[in-house]
Amino acid sequence: MPLSITDRCVNCYACQDVCPSQAISRGAQQFHIDPAACTECAGHFADPQCASICPVEEALLDADGKTIHPPGSLTGIPSTLRAPRNHQGDPLRVLP
Amino acid sequence: MELIATSAATEPKKAGCHASGCGSSDDSLAHLPDALREQVQNHPCFSEKAHHHFARMHVAVAPACNIQCNYCNRKYDCSNESRPGVVSEVLSPDQAVRKVKAVAAAIPQMTVLGIAGPGDPLANPERTFTTFRRLAEETPDIKLCVSTNGLRLPEFADEIARYNIQHVTITINCLDPDIGARIYPWIYWNHRRIRGRKAAKILIRNQLKGLEMLVERGVLVKVNSVMIPGVNDAHLEEVSRVVKDKGAFLHNVMPLIAEAEHGTFYGLTGQRAPSGAELRRLQDSCADSMSMMRHCRQCRADAVGMLGEDRGQEFTLDKIEHLEVDYSAAMEKRRRVQAAIMKTLNAATDPAPAPQANGPEVLMAVASKGQGVINEHFGHAREFLLYRVDGNQVEPLGARKVDLYCTGSSDCPEEENRLQGHLDALADCAAVLCAKIGFGPWQQLEALGIQPSGAYAYEPIEEALMHFYQELLGDGKLESQRGVQASA
Ligand code: SF4
Ligand code: SF4
Repeated sequence: MPLSITDRCVNCYACQDVCPSQAISRGAQQFHIDPAACTECAGHFADPQCASICPVEEALLDADGKTIHPPGSLTGIPSTLRAPRNHQGDPLRVLP
Repeated sequence: MELIATSAATEPKKAGCHASGCGSSDDSLAHLPDALREQVQNHPCFSEKAHHHFARMHVAVAPACNIQCNYCNRKYDCSNESRPGVVSEVLSPDQAVRKVKAVAAAIPQMTVLGIAGPGDPLANPERTFTTFRRLAEETPDIKLCVSTNGLRLPEFADEIARYNIQHVTITINCLDPDIGARIYPWIYWNHRRIRGRKAAKILIRNQLKGLEMLVERGVLVKVNSVMIPGVNDAHLEEVSRVVKDKGAFLHNVMPLIAEAEHGTFYGLTGQRAPSGAELRRLQDSCADSMSMMRHCRQCRADAVGMLGEDRGQEFTLDKIEHLEVDYSAAMEKRRRVQAAIMKTLNAATDPAPAPQANGPEVLMAVASKGQGVINEHFGHAREFLLYRVDGNQVEPLGARKVDLYCTGSSDCPEEENRLQGHLDALADCAAVLCAKIGFGPWQQLEALGIQPSGAYAYEPIEEALMHFYQELLGDGKLESQRGVQASA
């Protein structure tokens, strides 16, 4: 069962470089995991590599579609102090 | 407190640069061996003199990072932003080589090419070393340098030495893993995300090992530290001693940049940045021979041009894509232009200033956009250059950043507040020289005992400072001035 990347991805290439299955490529907007190629790193590493290096919270989903890094889990920023969000509840950010 | 490096020399702390009498910018290089001095004398980041005349550029080929720092937000990318780690265009090695050639041909003063990010260059070894290998072959007259967090430095020390990279900058913010745990929430190491103290310990160990390995291989190493009040400020003198003991030729202390709108951990949790005076005090106590880095501008990682001046917009991808550069012709032109500059620089060995009336030692500030002249409007200044002046000498101390209070006639909503930023930045100065200044700010400065002047617009900085100093001294306006000692 594959992992997947959400629109929080900031296109930093880190996951692509460490994926043992060459499952990750750059898409039109964001990096993308080929579900047919992703092995969840089974047989290579104890932890999924993309999920071990991705610096952005809520960018990766596990096989069940659950976010792997909820807000605060990587940056330590308490939810009360998070960046302003737009009307849909998404953090405001500037795309490259 | 556990220190990973214990070989620190415990010799008594040396007096600061000022006390040891290295006054002119030339002398700041005087402690270096000849060969080393030759290497850095036309490097705009190292030589106070050279940075007015030579240029450097960074190419952003390294997007991935393998650690998280509490002063960095990987989501943030804004072309108005001007701090390390932030760039707007990630280049492939091929695009980077094109860009370097285009810039080197257009700006013959460009002597240095750096890879610094936006992530960590050594977390992107393919992209980084492909770029270096090609540049070493195709643009052999350009010096190469690289900045890293040091996590993978031991792995790549040999490769760095192979490409003849002139110098490496390692960011080392602490030697104590407990302090490290408050700066680095995690690292990616050995195929795992590692957190907390354990992560900091691995990072610090690799930084110091990497530093030693580079020094053994004859590569120049500079160490940068970010000063974070209450976290590592009291610890940085120790860092300075240890890294110099291990062979770093420069230690550069930079102020934390932490604004809530950057969305960093420090920005959002209210971690404050050091004041200019705090930074200067620390730089004074660490910098026995490091005065040449005081003018560091914390340039953008894709900055092109002279320090403090960003010409990146002239060389965007679409503009260089179809550009054919005849590099051998460019190289010949570069050689001529650079030789001419070196000739002027060497000829202009500061004539000993005519004996002047002696007076108290004061801090003076200058608003300048570069080129070594006073050419910035007071209200537009994003930073002031600081100098320590007495009757005999003018010693550059570096730049101090301020918030803009006026960006144009139509948008000065918080003029009062923003002017406060300028006044705060100058609080310990006796005078400020700028190209132009409004009446309001003038009055407020005078009320604070800071003498403003617009009379030296477009004049060379050091001469102007000395002249204005003598004028103030003659008018008896320096008598009651807070001196450098008083503010320290
Ligand atoms: S889980 Fe492993 S195999 Fe799957 S995309 Fe991530 S790194 Fe590649
Ligand atoms: S590591 Fe995360 S942010 Fe970076 S490209 Fe992969 S999914 Fe996107």
